[in-house]
Amino acid sequence: MRKDILIPFFYVVLAPLLGGLLAGVDRRITARLQGRFGPPILQPFYDVAKLFCKENLVAHRTQTAYIVFFLVFMVFTGGIFYAGEDLLLVIFSMMLANTFFVLAGYKGGAPYSSIGAERELLQIMAYEPMILFYAMGIYMASKTFYVEQIAVTQHPMLIVSLPGVFLGFLYVLTIKLRKSPFDLSTSHHGHQEIVKGITTEFTGPALGLIEIAHWYENILLLGLVGLFFAPNLWLGALAALLVYFLEIFIDNACARARWQLTVFSSWVVAAVLGFGNILAITLFR
Amino acid sequence: MQKSPWIIHYDGSSCNGCDIEVLAALTPMYDVERFGVINTGNPKHADIFLITGSVNEQNKSVIRNIYDQMPNPKVVLAVGICACTGGIFRECYNVLGGPDKVIPVDLYVMGCAVRPEAIIDGVVKALEVWEDKRREMTRKRGLKV
Amino acid sequence: MQSILFLILFPLVVALALSLVRRDAVRRWIVGVSALVLIIACLELLRNHYAVPIHLYQVNADWIRPLMQFIELGLAAYMISLAVRHKKWLIIPLVLAQAGLGLWFELSQGHRLAAIFPLFMNQLSLIMALIIGIIGNLIAVYALGYMRDYHAQKKDVPDKRRSFFFIIFIFLSAMFGISFSNDLLWLYFFWEITTVCSFILIAYRGDRESIDNAFLALGFNLVGGLAMLLGIVILFLHQGIFELDRLLIQGKFMVMAPVMLLSVAGLVKSAQLPFSSWLLGAMVAPTPVSALLHSSTMVKAGVYLLVKLGPVFNGTYAGLLIALIGGFTFMMTSLLAISQRDAKKVLAYSTVANLGLIVMCAGIGTYESIWAAILLIIFHAVAKCLLFLCVGSVAHTIISRDIEEMGGLIVAMPRSAWLMLIGMAGMFLAPFGMLISKWAVLVAVIDANPILSFFLLYGSAATLFFWVKWMGKLLSVNQPRENIETGINRTIWLPLYILGFLMMAVCLFFPFVSHQMIEPYVISIYGLSATISRGNMIIMIIMMGMLFLFPFSLPSKRDKMKTTRLVDIYMGGANIPGSKTFLGSAGAIRENAFQNYYLEKYFGEKILLYPSIFLALGLLIVLMIGAVA
Repeated sequence: MRKDILIPFFYVVLAPLLGGLLAGVDRRITARLQGRFGPPILQPFYDVAKLFCKENLVAHRTQTAYIVFFLVFMVFTGGIFYAGEDLLLVIFSMMLANTFFVLAGYKGGAPYSSIGAERELLQIMAYEPMILFYAMGIYMASKTFYVEQIAVTQHPMLIVSLPGVFLGFLYVLTIKLRKSPFDLSTSHHGHQEIVKGITTEFTGPALGLIEIAHWYENILLLGLVGLFFAPNLWLGALAALLVYFLEIFIDNACARARWQLTVFSSWVVAAVLGFGNILAITLFR
Repeated sequence: MQKSPWIIHYDGSSCNGCDIEVLAALTPMYDVERFGVINTGNPKHADIFLITGSVNEQNKSVIRNIYDQMPNPKVVLAVGICACTGGIFRECYNVLGGPDKVIPVDLYVMGCAVRPEAIIDGVVKALEVWEDKRREMTRKRGLKV
Repeated sequence: MQSILFLILFPLVVALALSLVRRDAVRRWIVGVSALVLIIACLELLRNHYAVPIHLYQVNADWIRPLMQFIELGLAAYMISLAVRHKKWLIIPLVLAQAGLGLWFELSQGHRLAAIFPLFMNQLSLIMALIIGIIGNLIAVYALGYMRDYHAQKKDVPDKRRSFFFIIFIFLSAMFGISFSNDLLWLYFFWEITTVCSFILIAYRGDRESIDNAFLALGFNLVGGLAMLLGIVILFLHQGIFELDRLLIQGKFMVMAPVMLLSVAGLVKSAQLPFSSWLLGAMVAPTPVSALLHSSTMVKAGVYLLVKLGPVFNGTYAGLLIALIGGFTFMMTSLLAISQRDAKKVLAYSTVANLGLIVMCAGIGTYESIWAAILLIIFHAVAKCLLFLCVGSVAHTIISRDIEEMGGLIVAMPRSAWLMLIGMAGMFLAPFGMLISKWAVLVAVIDANPILSFFLLYGSAATLFFWVKWMGKLLSVNQPRENIETGINRTIWLPLYILGFLMMAVCLFFPFVSHQMIEPYVISIYGLSATISRGNMIIMIIMMGMLFLFPFSLPSKRDKMKTTRLVDIYMGGANIPGSKTFLGSAGAIRENAFQNYYLEKYFGEKILLYPSIFLALGLLIVLMIGAVA
């Protein structure tokens, strides 16, 4: 069967499984770092299964629809990435999905979810420049925007010419994976100062869908990391896993930052590391 | 079997003794996260309502409100003697008694302050109650369809 | 060619008719019929000429130039008299300089100034004409209902609707003139007419603030006009040409100075930094004016000129500086928009920002960037117009322009809210048009000059923030609201619906437009064109299809929600059950209220505006010095 149908198909089927497993490993490692035993690795699946048994309570009757479309577009985004399509379109589609998530937060009409939504927007504003520098950098190094062509690039491993972009991308990955210090809008760790932030007004199945959508997103993000190591995609997968563990470590080491630090430090990092790398490539072209 | 009990913990008018024991259960010493227990601060995400302390006029509506915002199936756990019967403050003019005066309570865990082992026991027992309620709910849904 | 003359002359006739009509009912008929006629005329023009790369037209009428000169002098006298009456002394030397220069030029060189082909048409001017024709006339129709409500609400503003509509149609005529002028002096004539129209319309309310802002706009645009005239004069004296098509085929370095001066005119007209304050001040005008002049059409004339000059900018230092000004404007005005609560101010800053993007593309001048620029022009005109008109009717209904008053508008004014959401989504969200255009700009920038990407990326981050923030405000029902949308005039709904439909149609059919009109234009200049790949098109169509399903997936009020239960929002249990209020301290009942973040400490005008203006001014000075050198 054709590669560009097979791989996205595997993504759609396997990503939630892999994402859930990674989430479980995350909680386990976190617990061990805190001197506890921690839940079983399959815990996220138990959580989601339980969530789907619960009632769907809503604060506003249309709010679940936004979550459904968030999930649908997130799966779609990952699908087109793993199908090898245009990297910029992948990023723009991801933003569309995230917009639905933010609007869902606003839809609750509740104080905590609204603050969560504003913070989510601040997060998006923080990482957007770096993510686009990422796409630019990959294009300038591999001469194409199409993921399937980038994946088999003749260029020596892309990260060699994109060290700055790579580091910058890792910095904003902390934001995207919702890890401390940048987990402003919602977090997996217990309470927040804004209760559950953007997900406060969602229960049962809707919450389960949010969780699954985040798993899809995480696998997509790890795929973006792996792309740095093209054409050695197995090395890329390994690197992505290592990056994920690094993020877990950072998560446990840091306390949450204020939005000012999040946004402005991300912008500075994007400018210095991301734009700097791009400048270097331009000047040496 | 329920493997992911998420808790919301509410302090009615407790002296905080039981609350400290509840939180102690989350620490490495007792580590209830092994059982998948997460202390969410949000009734909408919770399965088990852990109440400490007794009910008075001021928190009566609050307890009712939090209970209503929890999605079914849900279980209520009264933790500590004040939550069970009003405890040593039972005769006070402002104390109405335990939360069972306002909402249906499924389990009572005694103690003053209640020990973390007893709390964990109570949660495990609550899981069985939760499971029964879930089956009941699914059966009712099946009937409706 | 008759079609072009018709488009320029017919609105003049209508204007004259409207200036005599007092009764609103008659006015509605005239405007409605004229709008229909003009739209049909534009579509006819499209049908006959869309495949043609360029057509030049002769006009045998010696009396035109003297007539233009006479009108220009008349307008100069009019402006001086007004400046004296309102004590705006700075205006007078500007007007005198322009009039003087124009007069001297005409008297000394007039005999040699008979252009062979004063009018022309190519796909770009066709696109402009369509924008003016369709969107301009929709706004004129909208203005009928809007101005009626305006005067019903604002009893203290004198009813000058006769002159209002008169000026609107004169303006439309002048805009058609700008689109089709090949003779630079004709271009200058129509350009100045639009300046005067803008001036009169901004001052409509007649109070101190409006008059001050009108003179501010006039002052800036006179500077632009003066620059344009100077450029034309220098071009003629050095090269002996004064026609646009001949200008474009000259060697770049021979015409750099006049092109620079023309560019300054374009920058002023499109309110780029450091000239942005006139556009922001112009928001005091009634909404149809803001939509017509200050977002969809007149300011487009500025970028239209720059896009036409694009090929000249390619690879030059001047082009780079123009691109820098455009990019810098885009970034700074997008950041500034975050801190604005006034809906029209947000739209104004967003307009300037998007014009900055187009200017940046023009400055780069490659085939990719020009293609992107034209896409931007089309999509922005439609989306921004839709937004301005919606905000206008919403502002009349809720008697406020404050975004914070628009909370829960999805319940209070559902149709308007939906149209606004479509407009906003159209401004930045995939797979809608502006996203496609910004994508094209990004690709163009990466290929031409990656350094410019800095402005593009940070500006885009800002735009997403303030648009989604506003969308969220519309959707967020913090307190129960009643539907207050009844009673809005049909003349307001009709243009809004048509624009909403156009918005989606143009997003869906843009590959067709691109293929038939934009790409041939770009190919005719550069020999090749950018395009959107088939694979990406298919993906975007799928996305649009999925998005289209969204409104239908929302449960309506009548759905008996079997598996979903409505509960209170979480407010720590302190809710008054069944309402969105809670019990505060001392038993006080408090409302749940939420305000968006405006982040004034970081992105406010007090922080960003003056530094931006100064930096841009610096860039401009470097530009001018470089051009002279």
